Amino acid sequence: MSLEFSADAQKKIAALCERYAVPGGQGKQPVVMAALHLAQKEHGHLSDDALKLVAKTLALPYAHVYGVATFYTMYRREPAGKTTIRMCTNISCMLRRGYEVLEAFEKTLGIKRGKSTADGQFHLVEEECIAACANAPCAVVGTEYYLDITPDKVPQIIEELRKKPHPESEVV
Amino acid sequence: MPAPLGTRIVAARFGDERAKTIAGYEATGGYSTLKKALAMRPADITNEVKTSNLRGRGGAGFSTGVKWGFVPAGSKTVHLVCNADESEPGTCKDRELIYWDPHLLIEGMIVSAHALGAIHNYIYIRGEMMREVVVLQKAVDEAYQKGYLGKNILGTGVECQLTVHRGAGAYICGEETALLNSLEGERGQPRLKPPFPAVKGLFGNPTIVNNVETLMNVPAIIDKGGKWFNDLGMGRSGGTRMLCVSGHVEKPGVFELPMGITFNEIINDVCGGVWKGRKVKAVIPGGVSMPPLDAGELDVPCEFDALQTDERIKPVMVREGQQFDLGGGRALRTMAGSGGVVVMDDTTDIPKAVWRIMKFFAHESCGQCTPCREGTGWLEKVSRRVADGTGKPDDIDLLASISHGIAGNTICALGDAAAWPMLGFLTKFRADFEAKLRKRAA
Ligand SMILES: Cc1cc2nc3c(=O)[nH]c(=O)nc-3n(C[C@H](O)[C@H](O)[C@H](O)COP(=O)(O)O)c2cc1C
Ligand code: SF4
Ligand code: FES
Repeated sequence: MSLEFSADAQKKIAALCERYAVPGGQGKQPVVMAALHLAQKEHGHLSDDALKLVAKTLALPYAHVYGVATFYTMYRREPAGKTTIRMCTNISCMLRRGYEVLEAFEKTLGIKRGKSTADGQFHLVEEECIAACANAPCAVVGTEYYLDITPDKVPQIIEELRKKPHPESEVV
Repeated sequence: MPAPLGTRIVAARFGDERAKTIAGYEATGGYSTLKKALAMRPADITNEVKTSNLRGRGGAGFSTGVKWGFVPAGSKTVHLVCNADESEPGTCKDRELIYWDPHLLIEGMIVSAHALGAIHNYIYIRGEMMREVVVLQKAVDEAYQKGYLGKNILGTGVECQLTVHRGAGAYICGEETALLNSLEGERGQPRLKPPFPAVKGLFGNPTIVNNVETLMNVPAIIDKGGKWFNDLGMGRSGGTRMLCVSGHVEKPGVFELPMGITFNEIINDVCGGVWKGRKVKAVIPGGVSMPPLDAGELDVPCEFDALQTDERIKPVMVREGQQFDLGGGRALRTMAGSGGVVVMDDTTDIPKAVWRIMKFFAHESCGQCTPCREGTGWLEKVSRRVADGTGKPDDIDLLASISHGIAGNTICALGDAAAWPMLGFLTKFRADFEAKLRKRAA
């Protein structure tokens, strides 16, 4: 099945292609990261077809797009829950019970880290430092930060997110 | 005069909601330095920055003015790139700086770009910082609308274009040459140096990569003078420092502090002491890439040179009787790094903490160099079994020899960033590792 970008995404990509001062005016390759973010937003994950779409749009070899998409951890090759919870367990968070909070997320959602809930609502990621260490332990969910989390606060956070999800795609 | 506690240069607008809009930023003095700077000769701006002794806040602490001076004279196309990839564990200042004062970063970039003659400039922001991506893009759009960015800034004929480039999750993209590859739409793998970016960087052109905090200091330097800035600091380090204090203190936080403040003062006077009335065991002074300090080494100031050379800090050892050699017999003590101060109390399981740090590096190695790819994997594996009590008698020596094999033998500094703290923890907390192994033997 061949995929397409929405008109809005096409416009964004075309505008970005003007932004990079690539010698000779062939400004398309630097836009690959933004195009992958957009493809993930519109098609949920980066299937082979989504990668082909990015390759075609930017006139890049498929192998190049594949290489980029598989290098960065935020790009998903598989479908995942709508709202991604990125829970940090790195040093500052670990020192203040970060792993217990991660386990509380696992228990509340009924899934292991790295997995998504069966209803397609949530995706739980054990994240490296998210640059909020002074408020450890912490998690980032789209544009929302959850700071100074304790295990007992986790069910309430999930409740809030059920009412107001923060999909990462809202940023793209 | 050294800056007194409470001096704020880059964090002046923290907590001030006005800075969220361009009008509010202007009302609090914003964009006034830009007008002054555009009337200055570019070389005069660079000279002022040299005089200021501003040193890079991204990790290496290199003199900003000197680095700018490496751009070959007469270069036709130059780029300025802001490194906003902040992902060094323990570090959370750049994210706060962008969130509270995005226009100060933009102003700092325009002034710096003018000094460098750089027209097409970029901010590489970490992909996971979604809130800050939104804040920054809005600020850039506003600056374009107001004519602070564009083809002809404020009618002066100076052009400055600024593009926000969002990453997608990879610690290594904070390394400046990996960052440039990522900006070009490649996999974010570091390049061999030389050539250094200042000579051959983005799209093959001379490129200066500077940290968020570094660039945000530039307007004040131009406004009040390089000498003023230098005098606020200590030794060869001008200005203040943003420090992110996390871990086992009563009041963690992100603070702008004097260059000469000691770690004991940071912990006790700024952060309310070690939590739960406990004592301090170890302090990471500048993000997890830096060797730790022990409880007896905390009267040293957070200044760049002091952390490298103050003899109150014990040198890192490879094994008993063999000091780690930074080259030419120079000892490795520690470094100021990125300002991430992580405090561990006396109940901390040090081998477990070290395992978590090694897990991070093993995960983030880009895989280009064998010593780093294989070595960080081994450090993670061996430190894990030591930490969980299933280690082998020779594991301490094994960890040391793997680290020694990585250090200095890789394309980028991520290899050192894993090896140095490993050796540092083994040097200063060897007894903690031995205790784990003894437990196993018993
Ligand atoms: C593995 C690695 C990660 C790095 N991550 C960052 C980072 O996230 N932010 C940053 O400003 N510098 C980072 N650096 C340092 C940059 O390579 C570079 O020295 C710095 O951005 C230069 O800016 P400055 O001179 O203003 O400090 C990193 C270096 C290495 C080796
Ligand atoms: S040292 Fe590690 S991260 Fe750096 S280039 Fe080599 S493999 Fe990649
Ligand atoms: S260590 Fe968890 S946010 Fe930095």
